Amino acid sequence: MNKTPLNQIHRQLGARMVDFGGWDMPVQYSGVIAEHKAVRTTAGLFDVSHMGEIEVSGPQAFDFLQYATTNDVASLTDGQVQYTALCYETGGVVDDLTLYRFASDRYLLCVNASNSDKDFAWLEDLLKKSNYTDLTLINRSAEYAQLALQGPVAANILAKLTSTNLSAIKFYRFEEGEVAGIKTIISRTGYTGEDGFELYCATADGVSLWQALMKVGESLGLQPIGLGARDTLRLEKAYALYGHEITADIMPIEARLAWITKLKKGDFVGRDAMLKAKEAGLSRKLIALTLTVSGVPREGYPVFSDGREVGYVTSGTMSPSLKKGIALALVEASVADGEGVLEIGIRKRRMPAERTSLPFVK
Amino acid sequence: MVFPEELKYTEEHEWVLVEDDVATIGVSDFAQDQLGDIVFVELPEVGDTLEVGDSFGVVESVKAVSDVYAPANGEVVEVNESLPDEPEALNNSPYEDGWMIKLKLSDSTDLDSLMDVSAYQEFVEKD
Repeated sequence: MNKTPLNQIHRQLGARMVDFGGWDMPVQYSGVIAEHKAVRTTAGLFDVSHMGEIEVSGPQAFDFLQYATTNDVASLTDGQVQYTALCYETGGVVDDLTLYRFASDRYLLCVNASNSDKDFAWLEDLLKKSNYTDLTLINRSAEYAQLALQGPVAANILAKLTSTNLSAIKFYRFEEGEVAGIKTIISRTGYTGEDGFELYCATADGVSLWQALMKVGESLGLQPIGLGARDTLRLEKAYALYGHEITADIMPIEARLAWITKLKKGDFVGRDAMLKAKEAGLSRKLIALTLTVSGVPREGYPVFSDGREVGYVTSGTMSPSLKKGIALALVEASVADGEGVLEIGIRKRRMPAERTSLPFVK
Repeated sequence: MVFPEELKYTEEHEWVLVEDDVATIGVSDFAQDQLGDIVFVELPEVGDTLEVGDSFGVVESVKAVSDVYAPANGEVVEVNESLPDEPEALNNSPYEDGWMIKLKLSDSTDLDSLMDVSAYQEFVEKD
């Protein structure tokens, strides 16, 4: 199994470890709910070193990325990050990712851990088949450790360890600097809906960076956070998770990701299929549901409208903030736009669920 | 982890306290620890009859769903009404506040095959 540089630290902290897409990762330390609350109220530190990093550089890097990704790379300036996706010709999603622009000819793609080999192979193949020749793809996944420092006091903690002016780094911007004397990419991004940072450093520095942050953060309530709370935090904000809301069989425009799918920017992989689907009228849409009774909706549970099965839950949980069952569900478009209460099939019963505006937790 | 001596245990990690012909049933400290934060509990109705191996309830944590099974034949004579509103009692007090049901046994010999505390401890260590 793959291990991040922090594997020993997680074990020393008494984390419960799980196999997460081939990575030995902490699912929880003190408990999912306590960790969730720490991130919403103070701060949490996540080891996300399993995430993949792919560098794309060269004179044609921009043109290639504009062709390979769904969002508009032309709207990026140096030091800016963009949420985007790679799609198949069918419009289904290869992966979702964040794209970092260091310079007009140098970019870094941060991709999902379990997809990083697939993504790299996909990009290599795409490059071979394309007319672009003047660029280089490098899989740098093994070279980076990545920590996510998230929560309302994240900036206070980080400020104690860096001379970089953090208030100058706006949301979805990044700077290269030093944190605790360690060379770090400081990115004001995250997957929790709270203010915070994703910090990239050399793999060998991962442990030192973690320890430095925990040391200064402890008195401000900083806690280590596992994948369990990472999932409840992102779901309360209705952020998509690959393999759930988006897959090879789901188009981003079906999954409320039209905002990262710039159909007017010119040709890109998957565009034709999406234009065609849009013209015909989308058959499915992702919606948000909140159970009006006690219960926990979970992935794969069926959704009913007037007694008819109209879709399924893509992700569900008990929201620690709302103390209610919440779900994202992919349902027939006609139902998605309708009114009234739907039902989620939980075991042998059907439980009423209200359509909810996103995010679940504002 | 705590496993009281006066209880009997099942391989599915239920605990059973037998008083006369009534068995009080819950889930063990090991089970609650494995599940993590418990957020939902489903219980049977008083009057339901159960057979050995029947799922009589469901315990859900943030990440997992787990059935709870009847260790004996009998009739449900009482359920812990406060659990659905306070499922965390299963984490905080698995043997007291977290009890789930009381079962009036139709034949108490059903319970002879359950593990005593030392057998259960050994079982958990192997698990």
